[in-house]
Amino acid sequence: MKALKTHTGTLMPLDRANIDTDAIIPKQFLKRIEKRGYGQFLFFDWRFNEDGTENEEFILNREPYRNATVLLTRDNFGCGSSREHAPWAIEDYGFRVILASSFADIFYNNCFKNGILPIQLPKEQIEELFSKVAAQPEYALTVDLESQEIRDSNGMTKHFEVDDYRKHMLLEGMDEISATIRHEEKIDTFEQQHRLYYSLQ
Amino acid sequence: MGKTLYEKIWDRHVVAQQPEQPDILYIDLHLVHEVTSPQAFDGLRQAGRNVRRPDRTLATMDHSIPTLNRDQPFEDEIAQKQVEALRKNCDDFGIKLFDLFHKQQGIVHIIAPELGLTQPGQTIVCGDSHTATHGAFGTLAFGIGTSEVEHVLATQTLKQSKSKTMAIEFQGELPTGASAKDLILALIGRYGHDFATGYTIEYRGEAIRKLSMEERMTVCNMSIEIGARAGMIAPDETTFAYLSGKSYVPEGKRWEQAQAEWNELFSDEDAVFDKVVEFDCGKVEPQVTWGTNPGMVVSVNGQVPALEDLSLEQRKIVESALAYMGLEPGVRIKDIEIDTVFIGSCTNGRIEDLREAAAVVNGYRIKQGIRALVVPGSQAVKAQAETENLDRIFKDAGFEWRDAGCSMCLGMNPDIAKPGDRVASTSNRNFEGRQGRQSRSHLVSPAMAAAAAITGHFTDVRDWPLRTGEGVTG
Ligand code: SF4
Repeated sequence: MKALKTHTGTLMPLDRANIDTDAIIPKQFLKRIEKRGYGQFLFFDWRFNEDGTENEEFILNREPYRNATVLLTRDNFGCGSSREHAPWAIEDYGFRVILASSFADIFYNNCFKNGILPIQLPKEQIEELFSKVAAQPEYALTVDLESQEIRDSNGMTKHFEVDDYRKHMLLEGMDEISATIRHEEKIDTFEQQHRLYYSLQ
Repeated sequence: MGKTLYEKIWDRHVVAQQPEQPDILYIDLHLVHEVTSPQAFDGLRQAGRNVRRPDRTLATMDHSIPTLNRDQPFEDEIAQKQVEALRKNCDDFGIKLFDLFHKQQGIVHIIAPELGLTQPGQTIVCGDSHTATHGAFGTLAFGIGTSEVEHVLATQTLKQSKSKTMAIEFQGELPTGASAKDLILALIGRYGHDFATGYTIEYRGEAIRKLSMEERMTVCNMSIEIGARAGMIAPDETTFAYLSGKSYVPEGKRWEQAQAEWNELFSDEDAVFDKVVEFDCGKVEPQVTWGTNPGMVVSVNGQVPALEDLSLEQRKIVESALAYMGLEPGVRIKDIEIDTVFIGSCTNGRIEDLREAAAVVNGYRIKQGIRALVVPGSQAVKAQAETENLDRIFKDAGFEWRDAGCSMCLGMNPDIAKPGDRVASTSNRNFEGRQGRQSRSHLVSPAMAAAAAITGHFTDVRDWPLRTGEGVTG
């Protein structure tokens, strides 16, 4: 799994609450069986017009946001379906950090497994960052996962919360399956005493 | 201190606990479908791993498959490839698959309960957010991402931290004419669609006890639409009666043993929930969503919000939803005209749902110009409906009668709503573009969808003149 320790990048302000995974990546792109290459479909219905041309109105298509790597958004980001194609698309497009006032559970969890750091900040702080980007479109932040801090070049520092295990997982780029397989004996023992009332074979 | 139902199930499934780490939780049943699994199987292959318990893994195809002309090659080559990948993966790893022509094929959350594979006290996962459906049986069931699918395939476990617990106590009785769908929509409308983020819900109260298993599944199904990853209902006689005699349920002594065990599955009286919410169902009316998330919902006799009373933040959200939906503020729900009707999905694609809709449709014809689809949730539901002649009622009225699948619930197959189409849908999500780019979804119960198909606009089913005679035209 991809590791993330620190990251510096400019912000892309996506000023909307409740952005669901259908909006992050529409279903027609979920038929592919690969894990890569979803960045081109990120926010597809907003990014492109019916005829396939770019929608100039959409903020991601404007400079200097095109190459931003930190996504700034609002409440309940990533709600809806469990599709991991959503973080795949976000990561493949080039975002490594998402700042929001809240996240949906499954999406939040999926991010850590794909080298993306989702950071939940209080509403006022999110509001403040929106104002900063509005005042200075090239506004950039450094995110330091080890110290759990966000900093900008004007001396602003903000602390953020993340649980220890997820932090560790992302810092190390840990392979969770290998880690669990180390407990194989315990799984064997558990299965021997665990009773189930169906059998598929 | 007593334990909640959630804690009881959790504790029975802990394989290993380590300080500062999530528990390793055993998974009793893993459901797999074509969309969220191919990358997981690839991961296994790359790491040279096997599926630990193919006998606790079941696969079906439902999301991207056509519901018409299945004997023909798919119109969509990429979907065809995805389905073939699932076939190959199940073949290579020895997993039971209900393929396109299998009589048990259907939506993953419909088939496991109807086969009796979903049983109280289990942990069930699937790469799909509506896995909470199975919670209706007193199981801990939740949706996972593809990385976790791979983890479960390889180890039959998941690393999980306990969520917070929420009890939703329903008070009063659900009035006649209001369905389980209306109940859950009204609840989401009252609290908002991210209210339960971080929680597992236990639905409780007399109103819940009175629901059939199929209705309970409708309620649990939409737990994710209020933000919860899982929702559950303690098993009782209704649960046991439903399960008794199902294909994968044991008989004789083992059935008695199972029942004795399942009878212990309830929240102790002194168990403490992190949050308790009381909801009066005595006044629930048929619901219709007007916006772009399931929390944007009102009674069929209501109207879409007027902007004046809203805070600035709310106003922005409502304005953008109404712009997408092509609706003016303050419009009466009953004045909204629709052009497409979809009856189906894992929320409302079971036999009771089709009966409910057929009772409304019987003896009528759908309004001219309306496209209406009935897509049974499984081939078994379809067969049952045909035995009861429900298909005749639908077809005579002008509905299309399809094979089982997710269909227009998410429009991954050819059943897509066109830009601008306004859909009365029995599914669970009305997000922008959910049923097709620029399409507009209104979530309703099966009876409400059926009535809308006939009148062409939202209609209160409580006033519906049922016709029982055949050959009457509307
Ligand atoms: S019917 Fe809809 S919600 Fe249910 S599994 Fe299929 S796509 Fe998901």
